[in-house]
Amino acid sequence: MKKILYSLRSHKLLQVYSALIAIVAGLLFGLIILIVIDPSQAFPAFNSMLFAGFRRGLSSFGNVIFFATPIVLTGLSVGFAFKTGLFNIGATGQLLIGGFVAVYIGVTMTFFGPFTWVIAVIAAGIFGALWGIIPGILKAYKGVHEVVTTIMMNYIALYLVNYFVKSSIYDGLNNRSLPVPRANIIPKFGLDVIFSHSNIQGGFLIAIIAMLIIYFILNKTVLGFELKAVGYNKDASKYAGINDKRRTIHAMMIAGALAGLAGASMYLSDSFTYINVQDSMPTQGFMGISVALLGLKDPIGILLAGLFFGYLQVGGQNMQLYGFAPQVIDVMTGMIVYFSALSLIFAKFAIRFFRLRNEGDDA
Amino acid sequence: MNNVLTMRNISKSFPGIKANDSISFELREGEVHAILGENGAGKSTLMNILFGIYKPDEGEILLNGEVVDIKGPNHAYELGLGMVHQHFQLVQNFTVTENIVLGIEDVRYGLISTKKARKKIIELSEKYKLNVDPDALISDISVGMQQRVEILKVLYRNADILILDEPTAVLTPQQISDLMNIIKTFTKEGKSVIFISHKLDEIMNVADRCSVLKGGKYQGTLEISKTDKNELTRRMVGRVVDFKIAKKKPSIGDKVLEVTDLTYRLKGSDKALLDNISFHVKAGEVVSLAGIDGNGQTELIYALTGLIHNAEGSVRLNGKELNQLSIRQRTMSGLSHIPEDRHKHGLVLDYTLEYNLVLQEYFKERFQKHGVLQFDTITEHSEALISSFDIRSGRGPKTTAKSMSGGNQQKAILAREISRSSDLLIAVQPTRGLDVGAIEYIHKQIIAERDKGKAVFVASLELDEIFNISDRILVIYEGQIVADLIPEDTSYEEIGLYMSGSKRGKGYEKNPV
Repeated sequence: MKKILYSLRSHKLLQVYSALIAIVAGLLFGLIILIVIDPSQAFPAFNSMLFAGFRRGLSSFGNVIFFATPIVLTGLSVGFAFKTGLFNIGATGQLLIGGFVAVYIGVTMTFFGPFTWVIAVIAAGIFGALWGIIPGILKAYKGVHEVVTTIMMNYIALYLVNYFVKSSIYDGLNNRSLPVPRANIIPKFGLDVIFSHSNIQGGFLIAIIAMLIIYFILNKTVLGFELKAVGYNKDASKYAGINDKRRTIHAMMIAGALAGLAGASMYLSDSFTYINVQDSMPTQGFMGISVALLGLKDPIGILLAGLFFGYLQVGGQNMQLYGFAPQVIDVMTGMIVYFSALSLIFAKFAIRFFRLRNEGDDA
Repeated sequence: MNNVLTMRNISKSFPGIKANDSISFELREGEVHAILGENGAGKSTLMNILFGIYKPDEGEILLNGEVVDIKGPNHAYELGLGMVHQHFQLVQNFTVTENIVLGIEDVRYGLISTKKARKKIIELSEKYKLNVDPDALISDISVGMQQRVEILKVLYRNADILILDEPTAVLTPQQISDLMNIIKTFTKEGKSVIFISHKLDEIMNVADRCSVLKGGKYQGTLEISKTDKNELTRRMVGRVVDFKIAKKKPSIGDKVLEVTDLTYRLKGSDKALLDNISFHVKAGEVVSLAGIDGNGQTELIYALTGLIHNAEGSVRLNGKELNQLSIRQRTMSGLSHIPEDRHKHGLVLDYTLEYNLVLQEYFKERFQKHGVLQFDTITEHSEALISSFDIRSGRGPKTTAKSMSGGNQQKAILAREISRSSDLLIAVQPTRGLDVGAIEYIHKQIIAERDKGKAVFVASLELDEIFNISDRILVIYEGQIVADLIPEDTSYEEIGLYMSGSKRGKGYEKNPV
């Protein structure tokens, strides 16, 4: 026991344990809800949810990756902003803008031929970045809190995209955009051979590359040094001559680009290829917050957390077979994030408790 | 004389350290008993045990001859113990009376009645000559007065034993002597005072006896009338410390820093926080800035270093105008800055020591190539500084700055700023909160910089420090320089008069309005 507690003193490790405890607690909470709703089906449904992601081997896991791809990217977006002291709630808006630009290019600019998807992806990143810059500038030069502006920007993005879809690439019959031709979606780079019979998408490679780049920027570069310094201590950064205003804008730009890429990966895949005219936000943006938190704001952690939430999504679909709404999964996701915040507090209490008791034993 | 309080063989361990090792302590009725010790000597732990915040591993506490088990701060208050904290705990937009009754208000029909309290406060204030207006807002009264409100808070709760924790840290010399007189009236009334401090002069002045702690161990109790400062320090530090730093005569060179008509106002305000400030610092001299906290020192330093960038006037470094330059451009022009608040400005606490040691230089060719940090050179650089400045830390370059002691954090900042070999070193409160050994070290380093021909500008609230290291003293009052003095030709009392605005030096008469 003592040994575990000693190792728990390392902060990072403590956080990892907390995250794991939170996952277990969140799942159990979900189970309780299932039992309350329908006791007879609760256990089989829970069981099938737990193993859905592996049930048909790699093919199931391909579906996990499909769900994970956009939320890993929005998770990186939120997590990167966190590292620099910003709370980017605007991943949704940035994702929508990026997604629309990607679809628009995919539908209309077919003259790029086989490079269309490349252009679309890059443009999605750029427009996501531009959408992120606005709150960045407001924060840096006017002190307007990014939480307020990014939320507003989400709504602006939602209705702006609806308007653009209707006025440019509208499919009036289905009240959505025209679909991107198959030829212009992100290729699968052979992933579909490994994960056959699944919704696997090539965007996952983009997410992996983005994760590596973000890891590199944060840990190895002057830019990362400055961005993190601003995030940890704005005053000391200023003192050290770092232009904290410019760095705030850069951080929001990079965060926006990541969310924009998430949009491209979502809409340039087999299963989506069009944008609905919609009244509610796509959930992948807000999921990014959960992913970033559970992933401890660390690029590798975010990848794992994204895959885990993707895994739960696959399970949620299975749950419909037992008469449960897939939204149960959203409840579990929310609880896991709550518990991950709480378990950190519990862990600290536990350590103090055991330390006091050990002292008592020694005396 | 009776012992009102006895702490017998108190021991308390925390994982890895023995904070109190069999400490005994007796407080007589009507005495002022000082507790002297460096940071980390165990003073706070001992007081926290007295207030029931920690349980001692061993030992017992006797109040008026009876063993007591103090359960917590509220229980301690009931037993007649009262603590005046170093950092005031007052609600700024409440009146004095409201602050004093906070937590033990008279409530009638759900409404607070302060009538009785106000009367009692006036009585207490008169009895102990505290001179406090019960209806004044805390935000309107001076720091010295705020401290007296804290004292009243304790008296109002009928404490017989008052514990004053570093009470003079924020006071002017005049306010300090007022406080000393107040303390003496307490003992006349039969109250007993525990006076926690590391300032020897004050202890010599006010205390009857002094108990010394070092590294958690009790070093004995001395009668103040039969001892002297050297003996006290020897017990506190374990060796004799140079209070007066041996300094060579300065060899003064050309003007390095020249400030002319520097004026700064907050946007939309008429009040000048810096009012036509002009002075210079030459190579090879230490010029210090004395003044009561909040008279424009912070703004002046910010305007010099670029943390404020919209001040009017001129700041020249070796003839180069700095006033319109960015912070980075200023530091690159040869300005080093040891900031006032090492946690706010000086360090990124979540960064490692090595990152903090390159905080002003990480962008230089040596430490990065094409935007990628060169970790090997960063570690090498920090190892060199760690050994030459004797920075102690748990895991060397990889230690998180947060986990280092205050003294070593300050050494790290000092190392970073001095190693850049700038022409001008600006140091603000460079020894705040440090123990005697660290203070001595930092003063020696500052003098060494002077002797290397650097210009040094020090702003400090500690007059001891100012007298110790300066070749010239400037006094600031309400945003104006009011005197330019040579330390040998002046005294604490005289500087106190300049600091409080009651006197102005030659050539610094009041500006015609």
